Amino acid sequence: MDDLRKRARELLEIRAVNVVIGYEQGTSGRKRAFFAEKPEDAEKLVFDSTCIQNLASYVTKREIRDKGKIAITATLPVMRSIIQLASEHQVDDNNLLVLGITSESRLIEFSNLAEMETFVHQYQIEIDARHREKLEKLEKMTPAERWKFWIDELTPCFKCYACRAACPMCYCQRCTVDFNQPQWIPVPSHQLGNLEWHIMRAVHLAGRCVDCDACYNACPLGIPLNLLTKKMVEDAKSHFGGYQPVLNGEHLMSTYKPDDKDNFIE
Amino acid sequence: MIIDKWLISKDSLEKLFNVLKKDSKKIYAPVGRNGKISFRETDRFGEIDTGYIQTAQSSKEVVFPRTEKILDYNKNKDGVSVKGFDPGSIPEVVLWGVRPCDAMGIWKLSAIFNWDFKDEIFNTRLSRVTVVGFSCARADEYCFCTSAGGGPGNTEGSDILLTQLGENGDYLAEILTEKGSAIVTIASELFRENTVLNKEQFLADVPVRFDREELRVKLEKIFESGCWTKQSLRCLGCGACAYVCPTCACFDIQDEAHGGSGMRVRCWDSCGFSLFTLHTSGHNPREVQSQRWRQRIMHKFSYMPDRLSVYGCTGCGRCSRACPADMNMLEHLISIQEAEA
Repeated sequence: MDDLRKRARELLEIRAVNVVIGYEQGTSGRKRAFFAEKPEDAEKLVFDSTCIQNLASYVTKREIRDKGKIAITATLPVMRSIIQLASEHQVDDNNLLVLGITSESRLIEFSNLAEMETFVHQYQIEIDARHREKLEKLEKMTPAERWKFWIDELTPCFKCYACRAACPMCYCQRCTVDFNQPQWIPVPSHQLGNLEWHIMRAVHLAGRCVDCDACYNACPLGIPLNLLTKKMVEDAKSHFGGYQPVLNGEHLMSTYKPDDKDNFIE
Repeated sequence: MIIDKWLISKDSLEKLFNVLKKDSKKIYAPVGRNGKISFRETDRFGEIDTGYIQTAQSSKEVVFPRTEKILDYNKNKDGVSVKGFDPGSIPEVVLWGVRPCDAMGIWKLSAIFNWDFKDEIFNTRLSRVTVVGFSCARADEYCFCTSAGGGPGNTEGSDILLTQLGENGDYLAEILTEKGSAIVTIASELFRENTVLNKEQFLADVPVRFDREELRVKLEKIFESGCWTKQSLRCLGCGACAYVCPTCACFDIQDEAHGGSGMRVRCWDSCGFSLFTLHTSGHNPREVQSQRWRQRIMHKFSYMPDRLSVYGCTGCGRCSRACPADMNMLEHLISIQEAEA
């Protein structure tokens, strides 16, 4: 990734950006987020297939935002996240430069988000075969079996909220679970508290989740949370003809039309 | 203090497990699920994982559950009736397969829960736990117990510590407390005379990486250092580190109300959360992640040794393994020693 390092160095040298968000070598062979702020920092930037953390989570983080203009190393899921964030007015086109990385690990710099959107829209969000198989297995279960499956999976959750923290779409300054007057979701990580939290989280991501698996990768207990969000991606496809984040336009789940064929909301 | 040393054969471990089970104790042991090994209640020896370096979660939940009912209340026409903690509800438990760092963690929790207020619930649970520790023959690069005052064969906190004498070998059984002696009493036929003089050669090599006393002194000078911001930039602000930690003991009190009745519960909490120190006024004294990260380090390596005479870290390395952003504790502690004030 010499191209990436070279470009990051240039951007920092000419002060075109204040920080380049990318990956560096972490511990035990892991790759982790890195924030290059000086031209010489760019040498630490790395990229390979083990760079899986969704860096878009950092563009809404206050300490990063405060640094000023940001460049971000972005794989396809990160680009999708940025489009969704932009459509929700969470990132500013003038303040964010995307250093895209194609599936062939080629650097592709976008002059604006619209250009990135055109690139991203060449690809559909597809559930891989391994997960599709798991979803099919879940769908074949009776409601009672499925209920047991989720109770068993969600019971170990101790609500560390790593799933929330790692998700770029969970940018709320104050999450619903953090409200206590009134208390919408029970705080204890007992069965009901866990169920309510995960159902709420999943539903809040309906039509917004870009299927990056950050929540699952972050879970210290290995709970397959991404089966919930992947199921929604599949449902978006079967009920609404698919989902693709767009900069300007209608949100899949939160756009009301007066001529909607369903009238439950009236 | 070691009361006694015995040998127990590898094949006798299952028999020992079954004796303890028959003794009507609940047994919590390392069991795998979704690729992660954690302490779970089990009555099947075959289910226990033995290949782990460290479990994903610590064993603290047996003495400090994630959710603990403190009292039940009921509002009626005469006022409010309260039913407090019932010591009879706490079962006798065996913690099987505990690594020495975790056993030491339980002892550190005890220092916290008996600092000023003597916590009856914690102490009742602790009094009913028997810790069957297993020394470490292997370590990974996240382990730093020897820098945290422990070691791969450390006896502190275990009631009985088993050290395997080489791969597929028998086990040295060090009996450390009366609870440990009680195990030998009920399964005496499984223990035989010890001939091993030195267990050190069978233990993992965990090099000392920093001096915690030096670190403690350094921390007193670097509260305002820029190192906290630098280190915590990639921290996502979740509670994974605190919840897998064997010594993190912060909790939140919640009332779960159903009409006029309900219960009061204490739930794990984490200094990594923005809500942790949020005041009613809206002011938050730790409004950014760097301040929360600093608190985490200060609490464990400065405030706890100052107030409780124990450090709040056992070097188990779980926080580093669990962190989705690779906030590596050992790496950060070493870099703090080099940080400018």
